Amino acid sequence: MKSLKAQNALHKILFYAGNTIIGIIFVSPLIWMIAASLKPEAKIFANMNSIKTFVPEDASLNNFIEVFRRIDLLNVFKNTILYILLILLFDLLLNSLCGYALAKFRFRGRKLILSFVVALMVMPMEAILLPMYIEMSQLGWVNTMQALVVPSIAKCFSIYMFYNFFIDIPDDLIEAASIDGSSPVRTFFFIVMPISKTVYATVFILDFVAHWNDFMWPFLVMTGKDRRTIQLAVQSFFGTQPVHYSAIMASLVLSAIPMIIMFVFMQKYYVEGIASSGIKG
Amino acid sequence: MASKEKLSGRKRDERIAGYVFSLPAVVLLIVFLGVPIIYTVYYSVFQYQVMRPNDILFIGLENYKKLISDSDFWVSLKNTFYFTVVVVPVQCILALLLAMLVSKKFKGVSIFRTMYFSPQLTSMVVISVLWTVLYNSNPNTGLINAFLTNLGMEPINFLTNEKTAMNSIIFMSAWQGAGYQMMIFLAGLQGIPRDQYEAASVDGATPFQQFWSITLPNLKGTIKYVIMITMIQAMKLFTQPYVMTQGGPRNSTKTMVYYIYTQGFQKGNFGYACAVAAVFFVIVVAMSLLMQNLTSEE
Repeated sequence: MKSLKAQNALHKILFYAGNTIIGIIFVSPLIWMIAASLKPEAKIFANMNSIKTFVPEDASLNNFIEVFRRIDLLNVFKNTILYILLILLFDLLLNSLCGYALAKFRFRGRKLILSFVVALMVMPMEAILLPMYIEMSQLGWVNTMQALVVPSIAKCFSIYMFYNFFIDIPDDLIEAASIDGSSPVRTFFFIVMPISKTVYATVFILDFVAHWNDFMWPFLVMTGKDRRTIQLAVQSFFGTQPVHYSAIMASLVLSAIPMIIMFVFMQKYYVEGIASSGIKG
Repeated sequence: MASKEKLSGRKRDERIAGYVFSLPAVVLLIVFLGVPIIYTVYYSVFQYQVMRPNDILFIGLENYKKLISDSDFWVSLKNTFYFTVVVVPVQCILALLLAMLVSKKFKGVSIFRTMYFSPQLTSMVVISVLWTVLYNSNPNTGLINAFLTNLGMEPINFLTNEKTAMNSIIFMSAWQGAGYQMMIFLAGLQGIPRDQYEAASVDGATPFQQFWSITLPNLKGTIKYVIMITMIQAMKLFTQPYVMTQGGPRNSTKTMVYYIYTQGFQKGNFGYACAVAAVFFVIVVAMSLLMQNLTSEE
């Protein structure tokens, strides 16, 4: 009995020691980034040979002020959040309606749509960028919000997530509502939606993150400086002369803040969304 | 009689609702996914220059013939495969190890999980900019080379040497991405019944034997899924080389998506770029089908 206790204690020590060491190594690039964002430009590459490089000496928020002075970051944040929220509004509505129809209604073409949705989930967007771009320019949408929003609304992955969730809702519930005289639209909005908050939260956070990080499509269709998204702003700031590394680091930190806020408040749904995709997929 | 009528009425309602509910998303998918897929193949048999959109000329399989003798295309194909073949096992094994490190429910375990997941909270652009600075070949400004010289090693020209540039991108990408797959593995690990381990432990199985005969077989489905998504993600490599190396040095980090971008958007050879895109699409689909078949036979 005693040896088992000793073994448990040993496990505990190994667990904490191992994770602490590996964890610190793992996050050290990010710690350096944050430290550098707080340092004055003259000090950023001082003490590179010692652990002190991770400690911001003469820490100040000057670099962050400098970023706001050199790029119109408020406008960039506003643009990015506006376009993501617009996508998500339609994404959650239309993809959930489609997923619900596929899960709960019998109609001709249902199986065909479902198999296309599943097959096209692995479709790499990168393979169709060129005709997409031509479509955008024919519609006159290049450099407009529509180019970012409209093509990104329907997503096979979102439809599939909703489908997978709705299929577990008991048919009795829907039938009972229908017998009580509730129309399919009413049933969906007033009975199904309220009990499906988890799947909406999950798709919301997964798609928010994906669009916040999206680079290539905005990079191709948003060439105007005043409409660019956060990733474009960060990328171009990196190449803008004069190069102030501490200001660059501050811009990197700033661009991560909304993600960190999202993570703190929606961690449960985010992590569950990632994990459940593995179990169901 | 009345109830039967009502029932068939409901069936009709259901059918109509099915169409109405699915229509908006399906239309959008057709317009912004289906049509572009068809047009990628369609444009690929034309000579189509962006600068001269009216001189579109049908040339049959000429673009594909040109591909075969285009050494830049083969280099991009090779680089894409190299990246995928290395980053997939490295990232998946790293993710599995991290998941096993934090699968026990010790106090404070969520702090460690968050640490391993934290690179995911920054975007690929951010990580690429950060690591370009970290990888700087001058040990006075590049953190990693400062560390190496502290250990008494020679500094490495991570991103400016064609032999190390792609490996540097691989290392960084695995670090950034592993936290995501770790979360999937974690869910898989937690689904394995505890009593299997307890029984094996009573039988005197070593931790390694337990891993081999309990953990791995139970995780088979999860591993398959994780490899699949990591592989598809890897094939699409673009952001890291675009931000860090611009495809260089000497095309050593130029990938297929990068080549589609160069040909289509920089040089304006839309028809030719569509042929590259069509090949890229076929390769991605073929690789995912191959993966599915390979793993389902076992």
